[in-house]
Amino acid sequence: MRNRNATAYRFLTPYLLIFAVFWVWPIISSFMISFQATRTVPWRFAPGFNWGRLIGDPAFFNALKNTLLILVIQVPVMISLALVMAVLLNSPLLKARGLYRFAFFAPVVVGEVAYSAVFRLMFNLDFGIINKLLNSVGLPKIDWFSNVTPAMALIMIAVTWRWAGYNAIILLAGMQSIPEDVYEAATLDRVSKLKQFFYITLPLLKPVIVFCLVLSIIGTMQLFTEPFLITERGGPGGGTETLGLLLYRQGFRSLNFGYASAVAYTMAGLAIAITLAQLWLTREPK
Amino acid sequence: MSSRSSARLGRSIALHLFLTPLALIWLFPLWMMVVFSTMPDNGIFSPGIELLPHGNFVDNFNNLQRDTNFVGAIGISVSVAVTYTVLSVLLTSMAGWALARYQFFGKGVVVAIILGTITLPYAVVLIPQFIMVARDFKLANTWVALIVPPLFNSLGVLFMRQSFSMMPDDLFDAARVEGVKEWRIFLFVALPLARPMLAALAIILFLASWNNYLWPLLINSQPGSMTAPVALGTLIGLTKVSWGGIMAGAVMLTVPMLVVFVLLQRHFIAGIAAGAVK
Repeated sequence: MRNRNATAYRFLTPYLLIFAVFWVWPIISSFMISFQATRTVPWRFAPGFNWGRLIGDPAFFNALKNTLLILVIQVPVMISLALVMAVLLNSPLLKARGLYRFAFFAPVVVGEVAYSAVFRLMFNLDFGIINKLLNSVGLPKIDWFSNVTPAMALIMIAVTWRWAGYNAIILLAGMQSIPEDVYEAATLDRVSKLKQFFYITLPLLKPVIVFCLVLSIIGTMQLFTEPFLITERGGPGGGTETLGLLLYRQGFRSLNFGYASAVAYTMAGLAIAITLAQLWLTREPK
Repeated sequence: MSSRSSARLGRSIALHLFLTPLALIWLFPLWMMVVFSTMPDNGIFSPGIELLPHGNFVDNFNNLQRDTNFVGAIGISVSVAVTYTVLSVLLTSMAGWALARYQFFGKGVVVAIILGTITLPYAVVLIPQFIMVARDFKLANTWVALIVPPLFNSLGVLFMRQSFSMMPDDLFDAARVEGVKEWRIFLFVALPLARPMLAALAIILFLASWNNYLWPLLINSQPGSMTAPVALGTLIGLTKVSWGGIMAGAVMLTVPMLVVFVLLQRHFIAGIAAGAVK
């Protein structure tokens, strides 16, 4: 046992160095940058500069509002859908299970750029297949890109398509770890499948569902590529601008690192609040 | 008995009647990606409904290659993803091994920092990483910039820590009694035993690197140093651009991953589900 410290750190150090330089230090550094005026050379400490601007910036509140709106609608819809997928894929009655799994899980491997491009074409006003199909069943075509509500809906549809299967994989793994005999006992007692779902599956799956919710909320909170590429830089007129896009614009278009860091730390604050809520929701009952 | 089995049949039919349209809707964007990639641009932007592939893929690919050096970008993407995967698997499994198998000073702190910061949004570190890599290290538009910063990802550490801690002690103790060095035990006993976990981890990391968009977009923005998703992304939104070409690029990015997914589905699913069993 004498050399354990040295041995352990020999294995640990290469990773820890990278982790410290590219993760731990940036977390601290970002916090400090948010208190600095960064458009002067050299940067100077000005605690209220960025945060003061943030709380009076309509662009920030617009991005915050859009991000929260997407969160509140898209995440519950997607998790419910993922739950339905997982339950049905888990059914012993299902034939050709592999094909269905492929259909729902395939989007998991599709890159953001590739699928953003496809969605842009599919939802094109005059030549998009979606509007053509709407027309062919007698419905009016929708201008997905020039009006805020359809544009927001499009972003939510796209993100849901991309991530529902991902969550279904996690939920399915959670379901398969519930012991079989719980269901066998319930079936013997003539408890209906629907009741089994609500009284056995859901309660036992709660930690996994909460985990998926947290993962999805934190993912959606940073939404960037879809409004960047599909609705073209948060269009129409900032209607799909998100915090992620605002951070990109401020940090990397205007090179306003201090203000962008304040936006980033707003996201971090939200993430911390959500993580604490998760810990509280899944705490062990006393 | 027969009423029960007919009820079962009814339920089975209802299940398939619901799930089949949903599955088709889910496959539709992928199918259309393939269809678009085989259509000439004037076919994509025409009033008719086209749901079947045409024969224009090669022309579209040539248009794409005219718009941006996509083959070169694919080369960069493949090299970066392979290098990143190998390095990340190696670094994180070494760290996971240390955390699973040794008691040492500071272990609690290391675990607490990893777990305590894992749900922080990546957006938080973006700006300091960029300042560091581009301004301080002057490494923008290099391979190092694409490969090294994303190595901080701690998913592999937690995953491998879990995998190694489930292995029985006597396995390694036997080797220790023989006087085998710790690094040899790690390399020649532990790693081979962890092969399925390493495969799952490697697939997830490769996919993450292959599809990574935001960081490469920021740090490697010069035409000759772009990864394939970034190169493709620059074309989206241009007015004079071949959309058939963009779709051909999307297919080239996606289809190989779909093939890998089908072949290695078990590892894929294990890798994704692993996120949930922290």
